[in-house]
Amino acid sequence: MKNIKITIDGKKIKAQEGQTILEITRKNKIEIPTLCFHPDLEAKAGCRLCLVEIKGKKGMHTSCSTKVEQGMEIITDSLKIRRARKTNLELLFAQHREECNDCVWYDKCRLLKLSKEYGLNINRFSDRKKDFPCYQFGPSIVFDTSKCIDCRNCVEVCHNQGVNFFDIKEKNSFFEVVPTKDKKRDCIYCGQCLAHCPVGAFESVGEYEDIEKPFMDKSKVIVVQFAPAIRTSIGEAFGMKPGEVVTDKLVAAIRKLGVDKVFDVSVGADFTTMEEAKELMEKIKKGKGACLSSCCPSWVKFVEFNYPEFISCLATTRSPHIILGALIKTYWAQKEKIDPKKVKVISIMPCTSKKYEVERDELEIEGVEPVDYVMTTRELVRLLKKKNIDLRTIKPEPADHPLGIPSGAGVIYGATGGVAESALRTAYYMITGKNLKNVNLKDVRGMEGIKKAEINVKGLKAKIVVVTGTGNAIKILEELKKNPKAYAAVEVMACPGGCIGGGGQPLPSTPETRKQRAEALYQIDAKKKLRLAHESPIVQKVYKEFLNNEKTIHKICHTRYIKKTREVRI
Amino acid sequence: MPNQDIISKLKQSGLKGRSGSSFPTGLKWESVRNAKAKKKYIICNAAEGEPEVFKDDFILKNYPEKVVEGIKIALKAMDHSSAYIYINKNYFKKYGQKLKRLIRKLPIEIFQKKTEFGAYIGGEETSIIESIEGKRAEPRQKPPHPTQKGLFGYPTLVNNVETFYYVSKIVEGKYENTRFYSISGEIKNKGVFELPEDWIIKKVLEQTGNWPEFDFFAQIGGGGEGEIFLPQELDKPVQYLASIIIFNKEKTDPYVLMGKWVDFLMKGNCDKCAPCREGLYRIKEMIDKKKLEKETLDDLFLVLEETSFCPLGRGSTAPFKSLISKVLK
Repeated sequence: MKNIKITIDGKKIKAQEGQTILEITRKNKIEIPTLCFHPDLEAKAGCRLCLVEIKGKKGMHTSCSTKVEQGMEIITDSLKIRRARKTNLELLFAQHREECNDCVWYDKCRLLKLSKEYGLNINRFSDRKKDFPCYQFGPSIVFDTSKCIDCRNCVEVCHNQGVNFFDIKEKNSFFEVVPTKDKKRDCIYCGQCLAHCPVGAFESVGEYEDIEKPFMDKSKVIVVQFAPAIRTSIGEAFGMKPGEVVTDKLVAAIRKLGVDKVFDVSVGADFTTMEEAKELMEKIKKGKGACLSSCCPSWVKFVEFNYPEFISCLATTRSPHIILGALIKTYWAQKEKIDPKKVKVISIMPCTSKKYEVERDELEIEGVEPVDYVMTTRELVRLLKKKNIDLRTIKPEPADHPLGIPSGAGVIYGATGGVAESALRTAYYMITGKNLKNVNLKDVRGMEGIKKAEINVKGLKAKIVVVTGTGNAIKILEELKKNPKAYAAVEVMACPGGCIGGGGQPLPSTPETRKQRAEALYQIDAKKKLRLAHESPIVQKVYKEFLNNEKTIHKICHTRYIKKTREVRI
Repeated sequence: MPNQDIISKLKQSGLKGRSGSSFPTGLKWESVRNAKAKKKYIICNAAEGEPEVFKDDFILKNYPEKVVEGIKIALKAMDHSSAYIYINKNYFKKYGQKLKRLIRKLPIEIFQKKTEFGAYIGGEETSIIESIEGKRAEPRQKPPHPTQKGLFGYPTLVNNVETFYYVSKIVEGKYENTRFYSISGEIKNKGVFELPEDWIIKKVLEQTGNWPEFDFFAQIGGGGEGEIFLPQELDKPVQYLASIIIFNKEKTDPYVLMGKWVDFLMKGNCDKCAPCREGLYRIKEMIDKKKLEKETLDDLFLVLEETSFCPLGRGSTAPFKSLISKVLK
């Protein structure tokens, strides 16, 4: 890249050819408002707020999409720029029906922030979309088109996922974003539309109108379990840095809601690791076909709907919160002498798709659902704030026994590559009888879409591929179609960076925040003495006392998958 | 003819693109010719879509062989090139077979414009490229310009039907600095006329027997984005798109007229950027209510002209501004 010199607001600044004006201004801490711009996506330059003037060029230019050139003189603030930004903001405001109290952006709304900065007359124009419809995507996501500002980020992100659930249709001289009616395409509930919508036109089902309901049921023993990915992200909503580890504060905060027990889904992950490692071991030993991970319900749905020929390759092991939910209602309930029907399990998840997963009938155990309710990280945040529980000041408390102490392997489940790494640590032990000398499988860590590694297990070479984003997974599935032995293990998480970038997480979700959230999970693991699922005392105890026969193991820890036709009805 | 020759001939002729942008043709050709690439594309834009503009229709009807000849010259001038004729459905119906017969074995493909993706924007050059690539007809960010990175990422020359027609005339040595005028509205001789490009509009109207005897105003540059001129302002040549529409001042309801424009623009735009999508809608609201608020209108004109993504939005204010200031005052 060639170094060039440009001027911004009279100040000489060094830049590199190929960079956009916005990249340079952000780097130099020069404030330019943006709305539709998202670092994960192409600059679509639709909202026309990041306007600048360029000497010698007519009109105003969007800094997100304009590349710098040698000698360029850029002005980022002038009366004309302010007037144009204000007018465009008023136009955007008028197509967005406000429902601020119930918005996923809540106290981080950029429209509102900018409206104050630019002295907006937010009622200058009438709401163009006030009668626009709401669509519900299964039990997971609501798309309220009356809030949509037509930036089409959702269309792009869904396309990148290989899902293409959105169409752009013409109606009354407007091209509008609508969910498709095509029966060959279906939502996988990953919620990346939500995570990339700048104005909260998407929310998860129940967000936030139902956040108190699950806790109201006083006739039940209420058990809350929280996912691995949350401990390094929820702090952001309370003004902490991304990646700040708040596990025990989170436990204390949840306990303060008046629940009976707080368990850690990472313990469930240790059981998932045990079972998935067994499946993986079989595949590695037999050397035929790949074992596809199955913790991510969006990925599972993607396979069931788009690539049913791979259903038989999906690991039958249930996802961590489903296994832990099942153990709570069986093993733990028996110990505590509680009728499982009286136990209510609430999972706090970084995920919109888990709301869908818990409704799958095949997960029921003797008429009892392992998990009764799923709440997103954001929903928990709102509930805590409503109850004036502040994560910054609360005194940390450990999770409850006996399902509260996970291995480090169970914690890294929240990041892409974590499931594969955990399962391999244990599979290696199962095959060789020894632990890996170095349990850090760094090749499968990091934010890249596709990561590959090869492990030598007792002379057998096992190829592993770790994928984030279902769009990237298509490449691997197509490869496997041609060569079924291309990989022994395939881990796929639908969301960028894994669950830490899930559709239920605090906003915004950017490459930077996701990186920090993931790194913090690996730090938790690195600091733990217990880093292998098979060495976990609680895992060993439960296998000895309860999961000691194939029938029980199968009932609690395994499931099946079904070829799917379109589920979402529009 | 050697390549250098055609470029200098085009430059000498002073020919400017006839789609409305008036970019010097020689420069555009030179830019594509000089670009280094394994492949190059030539696109003939036959997607004429603006109301009351029908000169490409006329040329395709009467001189299709000259248009194809012009494309052929471009194919020769650009190494490793192939061409597309991007044509609207209606013109394809009328002239498709004839064009195919003329093309024979030349590397020219006829591409029918997809009507579902907005009518008008489909004529903007980067939108044409997107459309041929199978995407929605939406404008692209420039730079890179199509001459550097156009269709499928290769250097691409986009010229209008009329431009190619005149390229062939230039090569024949028969170019006499004329252009095709679409003349319509409340006149006696509606039609397309090939006349000198430097004639003032008044002369064009007089010579074609179309100078009105009643009080009138004219829209110059197309029935969607053309600017309004009063009779005494017609002492200059047409600058961009050569379309002249005459309105009887007494009989024309300016609000109905503005309503037509705004409906056309709203239907024809791609809705990608906020000022064009929402700004035009708010102008429509005011027109429907017959209540123009000056301050708001000024703000909307500003954002349309200066912050729209593409030329469609940026040029959309001209008819409203000029009608309001000259006729509605």
